[in-house]
Amino acid sequence: MSIFEGLSGKLQNTINKFRGKGRVTEKDVKEMMREIKLALLEADVNFKVVKDFINKISQRAVGQDVLESLTPGQQVIKIVHEELIDLMGRVPAKVTFSSKPPTVYMMVGLQGSGKTTTSGKLANLLRKQGKSPLLVACDVYRPAAVKQLQVVGNQLNVPVFALEGNTDPIHIAKKAIEHAASKLHDLVIIDTAGRLHINEELMDELENIKNAVRPQEILLVIDSMTGQDAVNVADSFNQKLGVDGLILTKLDGDTRGGAALSVKAVTGKPIKFAATGEKLSDIEPFFPDRMASRILGMGDVLSLIEKAQEAFDEKKALELEKKLRTQQFTFDDFLDQMQQVKKMGPLNQVLGMIPGMNAKALSNIEVDEKKLGHVEAIIKSMTAKERNDPGIINGSRRKRIAAGSGTTIQEVNSLLKQFEEMKKMMKMMSNMGKRGGKGLGKFRMPF
Amino acid sequence: MGFFDKLKDGLSKTRKSITEKIDQVLVSFGKVDDDLFDELEEILVTADLGVDTAVRIIEDTKKMVRERKITDPSKVKELIKEALVEIMGEETEKLEIEPSPAVIMVIGVNGVGKTTSIGKIANMLKNDGKKVMLAAADTFRAAAIDQLEIWSKRVGVDLIKQDEGSDPAAVIYDAIQAARARKADVLICDTAGRLHTKKNLMEELRKVSRIIDREMPNAKRENLLVLDATTGQNAVTQAKTFSEVSEVTGIVLTKLDGTAKGGIVIAIKSELNVPVKLIGVGEQLDDLQPFDAKDFVEALFS
Repeated sequence: MSIFEGLSGKLQNTINKFRGKGRVTEKDVKEMMREIKLALLEADVNFKVVKDFINKISQRAVGQDVLESLTPGQQVIKIVHEELIDLMGRVPAKVTFSSKPPTVYMMVGLQGSGKTTTSGKLANLLRKQGKSPLLVACDVYRPAAVKQLQVVGNQLNVPVFALEGNTDPIHIAKKAIEHAASKLHDLVIIDTAGRLHINEELMDELENIKNAVRPQEILLVIDSMTGQDAVNVADSFNQKLGVDGLILTKLDGDTRGGAALSVKAVTGKPIKFAATGEKLSDIEPFFPDRMASRILGMGDVLSLIEKAQEAFDEKKALELEKKLRTQQFTFDDFLDQMQQVKKMGPLNQVLGMIPGMNAKALSNIEVDEKKLGHVEAIIKSMTAKERNDPGIINGSRRKRIAAGSGTTIQEVNSLLKQFEEMKKMMKMMSNMGKRGGKGLGKFRMPF
Repeated sequence: MGFFDKLKDGLSKTRKSITEKIDQVLVSFGKVDDDLFDELEEILVTADLGVDTAVRIIEDTKKMVRERKITDPSKVKELIKEALVEIMGEETEKLEIEPSPAVIMVIGVNGVGKTTSIGKIANMLKNDGKKVMLAAADTFRAAAIDQLEIWSKRVGVDLIKQDEGSDPAAVIYDAIQAARARKADVLICDTAGRLHTKKNLMEELRKVSRIIDREMPNAKRENLLVLDATTGQNAVTQAKTFSEVSEVTGIVLTKLDGTAKGGIVIAIKSELNVPVKLIGVGEQLDDLQPFDAKDFVEALFS
């Protein structure tokens, strides 16, 4: 069960309790706020941040006619959601560039937060925007850290500056800037060693690097799975160095990522990027509204809508709707639909954005993606006539289709049956669609 | 510096913040009531214990307060400690690597400190007189093999490796053959960091684990999950999901020398009954200590 289901369910229960009473007592509000508080704490939002937040929310919730609305639970969530976005900043923040190149970024953070990989990702991203980046290996402590950055740079074809054997990161950083200027790199990304925020010696070292190279931005890399301690980490780095932006990593996991809220609240600095995967292209701008949904466990609805809009062709959709109404839906249309869904990305990723989907359900779905391939093969093994008029598919045709697609007759049979059922369902849906909004996008595929 | 001192030192931040806060709360409350318990619950949550575990501890404490008819708020701290020891258990959980040969598979998400921990574990076991071998099965992350190689040289143990990008299962297979031939006592297998949500990477891990089972069916097995002490509630899910692939026999809790409280191990013990076996309390080769649950709780509250 996702936290959202949990939270919205619990809120609904709480609200149902005092619905009949006609009057909401202070105790009722307190109970409701406790549920929200617990949900945020489960999401790893720092306790102090939660407390401030709850105070703010209670005022708004009391002031509004939450109970008058048809779905008071949703109404409260909406308020929480809005306030979360407010707290994280309404618009995505961008990195800035120096008017006098090269622009220097300094990557800092705890051990294992993902600085080296993120340095590579950032270089790759900004190169696509026309920059000529140079990566600088200043992690002289961790075994093979320099090599790691070199391998990453190699994979991306981005040059890496390193001074083998040199253990003075300040010297390396300075030399790197000179090197960048001579080779006309307009962007320098300095990868520093991971360190604990309470290690004074190493924190001083960072300050010295900062003073030596005067970076345009100091970017703090934070693991999105961080717990309550995220505030201490972010605060220490910010106090010492004056952080300009944050990068949240490992967001492709299933953490709620409450740390995002904590670090934003404690530093006041914007989160600029989100790292979302193993590949060096897996980095994207940070969207506060999506993160708010995630912390609440609402799924990344917006991303899903966006992906759907990208993938679905408006004209085709209208044609399809007409076909549905007139019962002309064929296997060709079905195949088309399947390909459109596929365009939205790996099915498990798309489904992961739907609220209420949990990791367990998703692990089953991956098996189904294989099934999707079978379905495609079966349809492609049909003749044009068969696709248009599935009614003619008799026993011997089924045998041929199964052999042609490398599947079994049982699979062909079940697809034919599901297709008929789907047609029936779609007829019902399109009838509904005439009354209300468009029913499109609500297709249930037989997989 | 003995274990207890080092642990205490590493945990001083944790201890200070928790006990100071508890003391503060206790001073400000004149009597034992629900408000007091609410405050105490919040403090436990701040230490990353998670809401469920915090609630459980508070419930246990409440029960004891009722049973013993306690009215003095300052006594409550002792009770919470008791409740924690109850959860963590009093037995010290050791690595089960006797008799030889034994295979330790080290797993976890990205960046928790697997490779570094392996260096430290190898050092610890070597000092115990074991013949240790390492298998570099993190063939994915850039320079991970080089990193482990540097550790193997530092400690002075053999390393079995292949090229970056090769099949980790093949590396493990090779390593097992080599460990047999060279009569190693303990083979420690490094694996690539993977988020537990990555289905195919988890399947890869399952395969690696299966190969160990198949090739060394009679060897002692440890599957150590490395957890970063700064990790929040997601650590519980990590422990659960990794256990589904290959039963986690113990946890290595790293980076306890920071301000992170590591309270999540209490949640994991409470919810999944997976014991912590080792803790990382520093950057040095010998900054790895056997975990003693009782000392841990003691150090947290002393």
